[in-house]
Amino acid sequence: MDLDHEALVAFAKSFGLFYLIALSIGVLIYACWPANRRRFDRAARSVLDDEGGPWR
Amino acid sequence: MVAQLTQFERRLALIIAGLMALCGLVLAAFGHRDPIGVHGLIILAAAIGTMFVVISGSFADVPDDSHLGRYYDDPIKVGVVLAMGWAVFAMAVGDWVAWLLAYPEMTFDAAWSGFGRLRPMHTTGIIFGFGGNALIATSFHVMQRTSRARMPDQLSPWFVLLGYNLFCILAVTGYPMGITQSKEYAEPEWYADIWLVIVWVVYLALYLRTLARRQEPHIYVANWYYLAFILVVAVLHIVNNLAMPIALASAKSFPIFAGVQDAMTQWWYGHNAVAFFLTAGFLGMMYYYLPTRSGRPIFSYRLSIISFWGITFFYMWAGSHHLHYTALPHWVQTLGMTFSAMLLVPSWASAGNALLTLNGAWHKVRDDATLRFMMVAAVFYGLSTFEGSFMAIRPVNSLSHYTDWTVAHVHAGALGWVALITFGAIYALVPILWKRQGMYSSALVEVHFWLALAGTLVYVFAMWNSGLVQGLMWRTYSASGTLAYSFVESLVAMHPYYIARAVGGLLFLSGAVVGCINIWMTARHAPGTAQDAVRDRPLVILASRSLEPGE
Ligand code: HEM
Ligand code: HEM
Repeated sequence: MDLDHEALVAFAKSFGLFYLIALSIGVLIYACWPANRRRFDRAARSVLDDEGGPWR
Repeated sequence: MVAQLTQFERRLALIIAGLMALCGLVLAAFGHRDPIGVHGLIILAAAIGTMFVVISGSFADVPDDSHLGRYYDDPIKVGVVLAMGWAVFAMAVGDWVAWLLAYPEMTFDAAWSGFGRLRPMHTTGIIFGFGGNALIATSFHVMQRTSRARMPDQLSPWFVLLGYNLFCILAVTGYPMGITQSKEYAEPEWYADIWLVIVWVVYLALYLRTLARRQEPHIYVANWYYLAFILVVAVLHIVNNLAMPIALASAKSFPIFAGVQDAMTQWWYGHNAVAFFLTAGFLGMMYYYLPTRSGRPIFSYRLSIISFWGITFFYMWAGSHHLHYTALPHWVQTLGMTFSAMLLVPSWASAGNALLTLNGAWHKVRDDATLRFMMVAAVFYGLSTFEGSFMAIRPVNSLSHYTDWTVAHVHAGALGWVALITFGAIYALVPILWKRQGMYSSALVEVHFWLALAGTLVYVFAMWNSGLVQGLMWRTYSASGTLAYSFVESLVAMHPYYIARAVGGLLFLSGAVVGCINIWMTARHAPGTAQDAVRDRPLVILASRSLEPGE
């Protein structure tokens, strides 16, 4: 394939657009997924008291 | 230092140092007609020094297993001290550069002290020396605490920390000798670049190995930012530094890209260096030290995830805003401009998330200068990202580019965001590392805070003024259609602002010196505390504590 300027532009303007949108949707779903809520809350609180020493 | 290493690690350390001594010797011998020879000698000296320390420390008994029940904090302590040392050195050079712009005779007629050589000493020393050491040190702390796991071995943290500092020393000693590949923020030459790749791979491996030992399935978000910093900087560094040395015994090399491709590669690197070195890593710092210091979980954990991915995706495409009105295709400039505007969303999400975390704890911000450092840093983060998105718009950039407005933007980010969040994190970290109740003097922290804030404001306002004046003078036309001002006239107009900036820098620098004294006194003098007792709590309690009510 000839990787000239036109080809790169076409690729960037098609694939580039859609893969970014797909990734954004994926991230939004992951972050807002209700089942993840507990895990996130727990993670957020877990750092507040972690000087106790390593578990291993 | 060495006493903590196992027998195997001591031997390995000797072998590594021996190999490095050999490399240094080869460079020194074959490159004796070239500046690379001096660097060979520096590498040789560093390696022999390391061997000496390892050998003299090897007489200590091999540690028993009791230390495995503790976090490994020794390299973090050294990292904090190194970061502060680099801060003072590089800010002093920065202030020299600032005075030099007001009084050009301050090169004192030497070749090595010209603007072109001092300036990269400032930028490298401050970004990589100060920023890099602070990131490495805090990341060693955060990765162990959030994983509740000790680092998997004792040698690789030292290799990363000391190897990285060797890179910084090679960089900063190279400029006065004229060694540079003339790429901003990537000035060091090929051999230093290769060395950094090795160090960086070990760093990434160390981070991943520590995370692999964690107990929780979920990885706390601060780690994501640190990992993005490590991973992306590796990619950027390798691609942008692809070059061909003119000879193996010569420091000089030529990049494999040419023309506008080279420029685009450089600013794809340059902007992502801002994004992943000066932003992502420090956001990791913020997401850990702000909640722990204020005792409040982050306002919205979800938002922190969304802004993480927003920042990683968008920043990758923004670099072309450094090349507006150049030979770069117009659509690439527009792409960079668009992504820069979109970047405002995740950036403000992070800044807002930090400030909302503090909402309800403003009394703590009022009383605790350490927390105030972090709060003001979040404000400056919001400010400089807004400014950046604005400056990325092409017509705005036609006014700001080439002027001190860029320098104002840089230092609003660098002083207001990077340096303040780092000082906040260090003041939170130092008492933990040295097991003290608090810093030696909270009054000195307060003094540092106000010096830093005053210095930042003076610096940034001086440069905003001078940048706008410059930009406007350069585009003012007379009635007959000629330029109203000569370049020299605009230079004369800058003079008072340059003096003001240098004074602001001096304030900021003195704050950092105060910080160094305070850290030194904390490490040396303050009495030990009940923290020891807390740390030695039996593991049973720890295990049961990780199950919170309501789970
Ligand atoms: C005492 C405080 C400081 C002073 C006096 C100072 C001074 C300066 C000066 C005079 C320049 C050259 C500007 C020009 O070329 O016109 C500069 C550039 C720069 N400084 Fe600083 N600086 C300070 C702190 C910092 C800090 C803490 C950082 C980063 C964390 C930083 C990062 C930079 C960068 C990235 C540049 C290059 C800007 C560009 O290319 O547009 N500086 N500084
Ligand atoms: C949304 C975020 C940001 C955007 C869109 C942005 C945009 C820009 C733009 C448009 C320029 C001027 C380019 C030129 O005219 O040459 C610039 C320069 C710069 N920015 Fe930002 N900025 C952002 C955040 C930051 C932050 C947080 C820092 C942290 C310290 C920073 C550091 C720098 C540096 C060092 C330069 C100078 C580069 C050079 O050497 O020319 N930026 N930025």
